Amino acid sequence: MIQISHLSKKYKNNAEYSVVDLDLKIDQGEIFGLLGPNGAGKTTLISMLSSLIKPTSGNFSINGLTFQKNANQLKQSIGIVPQEYALYPTLTAFENLYYLGSMYGLNGKQLKEKIHFHLDVLGLKKFSNKKLDTFSGGMKRRVNLIASILHNPKVLFLDEPTVGVDVQSKNVIIEHLKKLNAQGTTIIYTSHHLNEAEQFCTKVAIIDHGRIITEGAPKELISKYPESHNLEDVFLTLTGKALRDHA
Amino acid sequence: MHKLWASIYKEVLLLSRDIGGLAILFVMPLVLVVTITLIQDSTFRSINDNKIPILWVDNDKGEVSKSIYDGLAASKSFTIIDKESDSEAKDLVFKGKYQLAIVIPPHLSSGLEKKVALNVEGLLSKFGLEEETPQSEKTDLEKKEVVLYFDPATQIAFKNSIKNGIDKMIFKIETQTIYKAFQSQITDDETEAIFDTESFITFKEISPGTDENEIIPNSVQHNVPAWTLFAIFFIIVPLSINMVKEKSQGTFVRLRTNPVSYLTVLGGKTVVYLTVCLIQFGLMLGIGVYFFPILGLPSLEVSGKIPLLFLVAIFAGLAAIGLGLLLGTVAKTQEQSAPFGATFVVILAALGGVWVPVFIMPKFMQALSNLSPMNWGLNAFYDVFLRNVGIMDVIPELALLFLFFIVTTAISIAYNERKNAI
Repeated sequence: MIQISHLSKKYKNNAEYSVVDLDLKIDQGEIFGLLGPNGAGKTTLISMLSSLIKPTSGNFSINGLTFQKNANQLKQSIGIVPQEYALYPTLTAFENLYYLGSMYGLNGKQLKEKIHFHLDVLGLKKFSNKKLDTFSGGMKRRVNLIASILHNPKVLFLDEPTVGVDVQSKNVIIEHLKKLNAQGTTIIYTSHHLNEAEQFCTKVAIIDHGRIITEGAPKELISKYPESHNLEDVFLTLTGKALRDHA
Repeated sequence: MHKLWASIYKEVLLLSRDIGGLAILFVMPLVLVVTITLIQDSTFRSINDNKIPILWVDNDKGEVSKSIYDGLAASKSFTIIDKESDSEAKDLVFKGKYQLAIVIPPHLSSGLEKKVALNVEGLLSKFGLEEETPQSEKTDLEKKEVVLYFDPATQIAFKNSIKNGIDKMIFKIETQTIYKAFQSQITDDETEAIFDTESFITFKEISPGTDENEIIPNSVQHNVPAWTLFAIFFIIVPLSINMVKEKSQGTFVRLRTNPVSYLTVLGGKTVVYLTVCLIQFGLMLGIGVYFFPILGLPSLEVSGKIPLLFLVAIFAGLAAIGLGLLLGTVAKTQEQSAPFGATFVVILAALGGVWVPVFIMPKFMQALSNLSPMNWGLNAFYDVFLRNVGIMDVIPELALLFLFFIVTTAISIAYNERKNAI
């Protein structure tokens, strides 16, 4: 279970807080969608939860563990799929995964089997010895996902895991994530694809200006706003139609 | 430990996939050391082999000018080109056609002879052996100047060595003229050798080494350690670029979310880049020993010193890597790390005495030089290459290099922790 309490983040040189006094509870086994317009604070929240940036105030725990007290144990129990590929372009898919899997303490036959299993499931088996810089965006996204799940994390954070990929790749990724969730992995994911989130998530929270403005199961939220037919309608109702460009 | 091995393996793969970069990493230092040694060696040899053309204007046509001419010709350093006109010689030198013109003033020989004769007569008269020379005759003697024109682009070291050489020749001629003057006053027989005019004091240079195995310093023994060290320190450029690349690729960010310490990540890089340094070093030694003689350069003398040389290379490599890790940790872009790294190595080399020996630097720079790890490394290499010392004598320098590695790595880790503290 993830318990977030009064979590805030203000970046240097920014006048406003990116995340403001945020309280949130995510139950184990959930597929939790963090939705919001550009600059709403989704990536900042995930970055704090995955130890990449330091909160300005507040605290959180993941399955009772905190980075202050149990950093390595906590890192071992979570997986992070960053928005950028975060892979070595001159290494092959297998080499990338072998190295990144080793960083979780995996090795030898066990690691190789896991790599081959995930590559196979995600349709990349025949490309395992090809360098990453020859891969398409969708293939890189899939390798990026595998790199974060080799150690069977209890909680998996995904920041826009399907951005810029074709429909087939997106489908494979989502199906694989569903399987992981069925095996007990809690998934927290951000996305701009609201239809995808509506289908995929068991619960969503809509964030804007660093605050959660609503949360609940997608169907609950749609029924809560009578004029809404889908999650996108709810989203636009709550966040407005004004453009959110940031420089 | 497994994570460290995995990190080492990954670094090896990354390096091996960049064949161009790898070639540059190994080939460029070799090109550097060969080029510099060839250039320096020609400077070392200029006294014997390379003749520098100089202009000679003899307005004296006497014994003194002949002695100077013969002295210059005997030195085998110069091709002497006679010119009649002072102004023509000056013009040619100032336009850079020649590096030097020597103009001998008129009546130099007769003037010197007259001056010495007056001095000798004056001295003998004090002993009552001669009539005293009138004061007016003494003051009538006009001082003579040998005029030297140098090309303005000529380096000061060359100027000084020429000036010293000519000064020495003039001094010798003056001394011999004095002896001759005394001789002519004492005896009428010119063949009678009253004075032994040969120098009584000579000098002999003793180099360190055992009796059978004296180390003769030459351009190779000087240049290989200096430029090898320079190349070793240049490892900070590819190392810091490697780290900055990992940041821009996002892999460093991913590693921060993994249960692996920054020390392990740096450890993998240290092992691999230190191996690169040692391979570089081995190649440089090989070039010095086997390739230099083919180019007509002296062979690098390494017999019995190889283990100690590699020990120094390991510690120098560690110091360089520590600096590279720090630069890679702090720099955000390749545009920051590459130019800074390259320039900083050049500054460290200058401070360390790679170009100009530390002992001729101003006091303030000498003090600064003590802070340069390249100075410690260079001293350690010179200790082994030229001073023929044992391991105990290089321990202070090795300790400083190791301390530098520890401090820079510790700062890198602390900086990373502080920046990414949760």
